[in-house]
Amino acid sequence: MSMEANGTQNVLIVGVGGQGVILASDILGVVCMNRGYQVKKSEVHGMAKRGGVVYSHVRYGAQVLSPTIEPGTSDVLLAFEPAEALRWSKYVKPGGTIIVNSRKRIPPAACLDRRMDAPTRYPQGIEQALRGQVGDVRQFDAEGLAVEIGDHRMCNTVLLGALSSVCEFELQDWLGAIAASVKPKTVERNQKAFLAGRNAQFAAMRESLPAETCEMSRSVTCLEAPEIAIHDSWCKGCEICVVVCPQACLKMNERNRAEVVKAEACIRCMLCEWMCPDLAVRVQ
Amino acid sequence: MATAISSPAQVLLSGNEAIARGAMENGIRVATGYPGTPSTEILESLAKYDSEHYVSWSPNEKVALDVGVGAAVAGSRALVTMKHVGLNVAADTLMSVAYTGVRAALVIVVADDPGVHSSQNEQDTRLYARFAELPLLEPSDSQEAKDFFELACEISERFDTAVLLRSTTRLSHSKGMVTLGTVRPRPAIAYEKNLGKFVLVPSNARVRHEKVVERSGLLREFAETTELNRWEKGSREIGVITSGVCYQYVKEVLPEASVFKVGLMNPLPIHRLRNFAASVDRLMVVEELEPVIEDQLKAHGIQLEGKEYFSRLGEFSSERVRAGFQKAGVLPTPQAPENSGVAVTAKENLFRPPALCPGCPHTVPYLVLKKLNALVAGDIGCYTLAVYEPLAAIDTTLAMGCSIGMAIGLQKGGDGSRPVVATIGDSTFFHSGIPPLIDALYNNVKITVVILDNQTTAMTGGQEHPGTGKSLRGDKARTVDIATVCKALGAGFVEVVDPYDVSAVFRTLKAAIQYDGVSVVITNRPCVVSPATLRTTPYAVTAKECNACQMCMNLGCPAIIWTEEMVEGQHKVTIDPVACMGCAVCGLLCQTNAIIPLAADPARRTV
Repeated sequence: MSMEANGTQNVLIVGVGGQGVILASDILGVVCMNRGYQVKKSEVHGMAKRGGVVYSHVRYGAQVLSPTIEPGTSDVLLAFEPAEALRWSKYVKPGGTIIVNSRKRIPPAACLDRRMDAPTRYPQGIEQALRGQVGDVRQFDAEGLAVEIGDHRMCNTVLLGALSSVCEFELQDWLGAIAASVKPKTVERNQKAFLAGRNAQFAAMRESLPAETCEMSRSVTCLEAPEIAIHDSWCKGCEICVVVCPQACLKMNERNRAEVVKAEACIRCMLCEWMCPDLAVRVQ
Repeated sequence: MATAISSPAQVLLSGNEAIARGAMENGIRVATGYPGTPSTEILESLAKYDSEHYVSWSPNEKVALDVGVGAAVAGSRALVTMKHVGLNVAADTLMSVAYTGVRAALVIVVADDPGVHSSQNEQDTRLYARFAELPLLEPSDSQEAKDFFELACEISERFDTAVLLRSTTRLSHSKGMVTLGTVRPRPAIAYEKNLGKFVLVPSNARVRHEKVVERSGLLREFAETTELNRWEKGSREIGVITSGVCYQYVKEVLPEASVFKVGLMNPLPIHRLRNFAASVDRLMVVEELEPVIEDQLKAHGIQLEGKEYFSRLGEFSSERVRAGFQKAGVLPTPQAPENSGVAVTAKENLFRPPALCPGCPHTVPYLVLKKLNALVAGDIGCYTLAVYEPLAAIDTTLAMGCSIGMAIGLQKGGDGSRPVVATIGDSTFFHSGIPPLIDALYNNVKITVVILDNQTTAMTGGQEHPGTGKSLRGDKARTVDIATVCKALGAGFVEVVDPYDVSAVFRTLKAAIQYDGVSVVITNRPCVVSPATLRTTPYAVTAKECNACQMCMNLGCPAIIWTEEMVEGQHKVTIDPVACMGCAVCGLLCQTNAIIPLAADPARRTV
């Protein structure tokens, strides 16, 4: 990275709660400070364990004013997850670098659409989209490297290693900052993970990665809702079908017989038909 | 690492850690508060210092402020911390301590949340300072957060007043470099009885109100000279009045401008600001949230521009401040970016809201409440996340402790077609859930109160409270038992249930909503992530057994996701073994026994 006119360097680190974004940015902050730079860091708290979006802005240089990075000005975007890289890519400046872990974290919110054949709502062709915005995109399986070292949680230090391949700091600066920031008994493994990420980047710089087409796959085929038929005189009112239906399509009526109340919500799971001890339910 | 007692070196501290450091360097002897993002880390950081000072969580912000006032009256410097909405809870005490004044310094740190990152509103604490006629200081980075603490103590003691120190999310949760001073313990001053000052009977209160007005006059004079306010001479063409973290944005965006940085926000230095206004051709005010500076200066007849370019809504950033100056014509309008010809095709970002954790003990109660078609008054805490699909089991969330009172209203004012249930966490119950429960019992209202006791203050990161058996410093403390409290208040139906036992939760809640009167159901599983991570053997899906019925997906568990394998148009599921905590609830729900423990080692199957 070359110093800008105003001398402030920007590194945006993003990911999902629980991935260790904040610790990674703390280590970067220590590296910068030990090198004699002024440092400011700004981050989101509270999402750490709840799978929400986590970011940390790190700015360093001779003088740093605003604690946050403006869109279009970040020298590096270090993304712990592909969809998060996409979310924050507009922060990267022209000619900047995106380093991204290729392992997806699919949230429950992406798995809600129960219409027939609805796809998981996760953006497709992320790498291609990133390349469309920023030339220098380096995607690799950082979590896989961490698992090889023996702990998926070291993914954050693997990614820091990858970051180090595009930063001005010396290897010893990084290893020292890691030693000062993580639990004593995990120092060695973290340093190993760091080197794995760093070496993978140096190796990957010589390779090109396959392209994908990019579009949100949102084609949804809606079939007609199935028909649930309840043979009223066979139903003895055991309520099993009402309880097992995950979509609450059925209800007990005033005569204590099962009745269809929300046929349109049926996802054809068949549980009501299968569980009925009296063969009174048919899903067609 | 950030808590070295005496070191001249520079360290990287968050705004909150810097405030705690300021408290240690200025001899605070009593510090209390209630956890609330973004203020929580101040007391947590303070508790790590090895010192004699008393630092504790109070059940709510009003109690915390009462403790702080008591300490200051006794003669010890005191610190009270809270988030912006916490000050509403403490407002009764605040308005009165404005009359009494203090003896030793009382610093009230209030952390606002512009942009509503983690709150229910974005109210502006500066308006409270005007309302209560209390001085308010507004630091703009970590170094100032520490330095202003010293000045806050001095002002408090010199002018005999409580002092507000306002932070915002961006200051509290940004780290900057801080030069440390020395930790200086400070003994208490001897107690002196002063009835006229500290007993606010009407005859005394009338006299004290005169003192408030007199003090405000003295503070206005002080504001004209204090180094808290800083005039930075620059270009004559444009002058900017700003404060707090907005100062950093202004300096970043308009380095040439003349800037008046307001550090003492209340009262404002009107004469100096008038001189500043006269020294520049065009005057603008950049302030987050409400037009507090703008309205006052306009009332004094000073011409300026502000909220027409800088919104009242949300959090500022350098890009928003830049856009404001562009709109005002101070900065040139940007040209279209050069790379706009490149096809950027990914149009939609992934919706990734925070979710209840894998294994969260709050999940099943909400699943059952949804099944029971209950009208659910929610409250403030992690469990608010049950508002999202697929649980979507909450009808209302208002403010701390509102669930039970609102449930009474929903029951009395509703048509009775749905059972009315209040859900409230353990820490929120202690905060402000007990008086409304007394109301429900006193008036014998047919509601169910579900107390989701996960034995911690989870949403803010796992703080202790009166029910956890530990103090803020981690020492053993007396435990207030929630079931005992409810029974002692006279509740006839009090049941404790294991929230991982789906059928037990169903049976208990069904009985509770049929009970004729106030029924209380308490869940008893601890939070799975704080203070300790509780995990056991993860579960896995046997793909050939899964019929894609989506029953487990109704939990909204982040560990369970779809695969690409489909059965009749529906996705089969898989479980992320890294994320799974092993609570086994999905296994209980699975009708085809497709979900089983990943490792078949019975010794590890403790749940």
